[in-house]
Amino acid sequence: MLARRLIPCLDVAGGRVVKGVRFQELRDAGDPAEQAARYDAEGADELVFLDIGASHEERGTTLDMVSRVADTLFIPFTVGGGIRSVADARAVLRAGADKVAVNTAAVRDPSLVTRLADEFGRQCVVAAVDAKDREEGRGNPKGLPGGRGEGWEVMVRGGREPTGLEAVDWAGRLASLGAGEILLTSMDADGTQNGYDLPLTGAVARAVRIPVIASGGAGTLEHLAAALAVGAHGVLAATLFHYRGTTLREARAFLAGRGFPVRP
Amino acid sequence: MIAVVDYGASNVPSVLRGLRAVQADAAVTADPETVRRAPRVVVPGVGNFAPAMRRLVAAGLADAVREVARSGRPVLGICLGLQLLLESSDEAPGVPGLGLLAGRVRRFATDLPVPHVGWAKVTLTERGRAHAALRRAFPGGDAFFYHVHSYRPDGVEPAADLADAEYGAPFATIVGRDAVLGVQFHPEKSQAAGLALLEGFAGWAP
Repeated sequence: MLARRLIPCLDVAGGRVVKGVRFQELRDAGDPAEQAARYDAEGADELVFLDIGASHEERGTTLDMVSRVADTLFIPFTVGGGIRSVADARAVLRAGADKVAVNTAAVRDPSLVTRLADEFGRQCVVAAVDAKDREEGRGNPKGLPGGRGEGWEVMVRGGREPTGLEAVDWAGRLASLGAGEILLTSMDADGTQNGYDLPLTGAVARAVRIPVIASGGAGTLEHLAAALAVGAHGVLAATLFHYRGTTLREARAFLAGRGFPVRP
Repeated sequence: MIAVVDYGASNVPSVLRGLRAVQADAAVTADPETVRRAPRVVVPGVGNFAPAMRRLVAAGLADAVREVARSGRPVLGICLGLQLLLESSDEAPGVPGLGLLAGRVRRFATDLPVPHVGWAKVTLTERGRAHAALRRAFPGGDAFFYHVHSYRPDGVEPAADLADAEYGAPFATIVGRDAVLGVQFHPEKSQAAGLALLEGFAGWAP
């Protein structure tokens, strides 16, 4: 029996932890290695680092951060942001990461997902999907090619660029290309603390046979339970654990009380 | 010193970090003479059975690990490293393993997604409960460990089945006999329980 996973997420830029709302308004939230060690001590099941400021000039800073994190962390961790090639992924994995997350680069060149899976095994490959609700009044971008006014559209480049791809279909395609899991972020919910996008999470979880990690919007323990109830295998949260004073111990006890299998 | 056998497996640095975190004196080596003389040996592993076994044999490391085990010094196989301790694998028909433990490696036959990835509950068998290297990691008889694998041990001797997990059906996830011990999961990624297991191995005197 597999335990459902509680996954704190650390957005990093320039080797520091940052946090924004709807991918904007970044503020400093501390040192990645210190934060990682704290979450490890609290009993996080995994950690995700998303390098949201990733540029080629900063790769050295990122690899140094990954290596420092690996020295203090004894749980699996994923690094995403700016990974565009097998060589980029190898550098991050060699520095000590267990998995790599790809997003924009997979949209640009879907074969990257397959090449990463062939090289490192599919368990190493996390496909990140940033999705935006197409419903009128809920962020429907104007003049979209193929926009149906329903469903969710895949966004890339940190949420700045629409792709015309339907998120549920794209998640299925990523799974068949070789992704080991889907990290699904709702752009509408991200940073709001109003809860995960449950229809989106449920639709993707039903569409693929690989684990789906719900991301974006967690503000309460109820939100975590709700995402697991619609089929997420893990729940990712940043603000909830960084600023709200909620500990992973409390979260685990709460979810266990709701009947979800979690690590004690 | 614990010799961590380096034959190109990608989790070598993590295993070394784990051993050092429990104050074990450990070093990575690809030199068969260093392995042959080591008081205890860890065989890490991630990936495919056939190329791993070929590299171990070609580098003279296979014979060195066998010699350590046969002289009664402790050997720990991790993930693919455990599978290499067995006789053969469905992943590599015709490629013999190290043969230090009876049994073979089989692919999961289940409708569940493969690979099996995540934190699985591991429960000691009666034999496992009596095993000196495992006590520290299992204060309550079971503990959660991080697994990532598509293949698992099968047909091990009942006396060598030290702990089981379940994925579709129960499977042996800690296997051992005499001074040889293998774990299908990654103790170096299994937080406090994993570090306790590495500490137990580092101080084990079979």
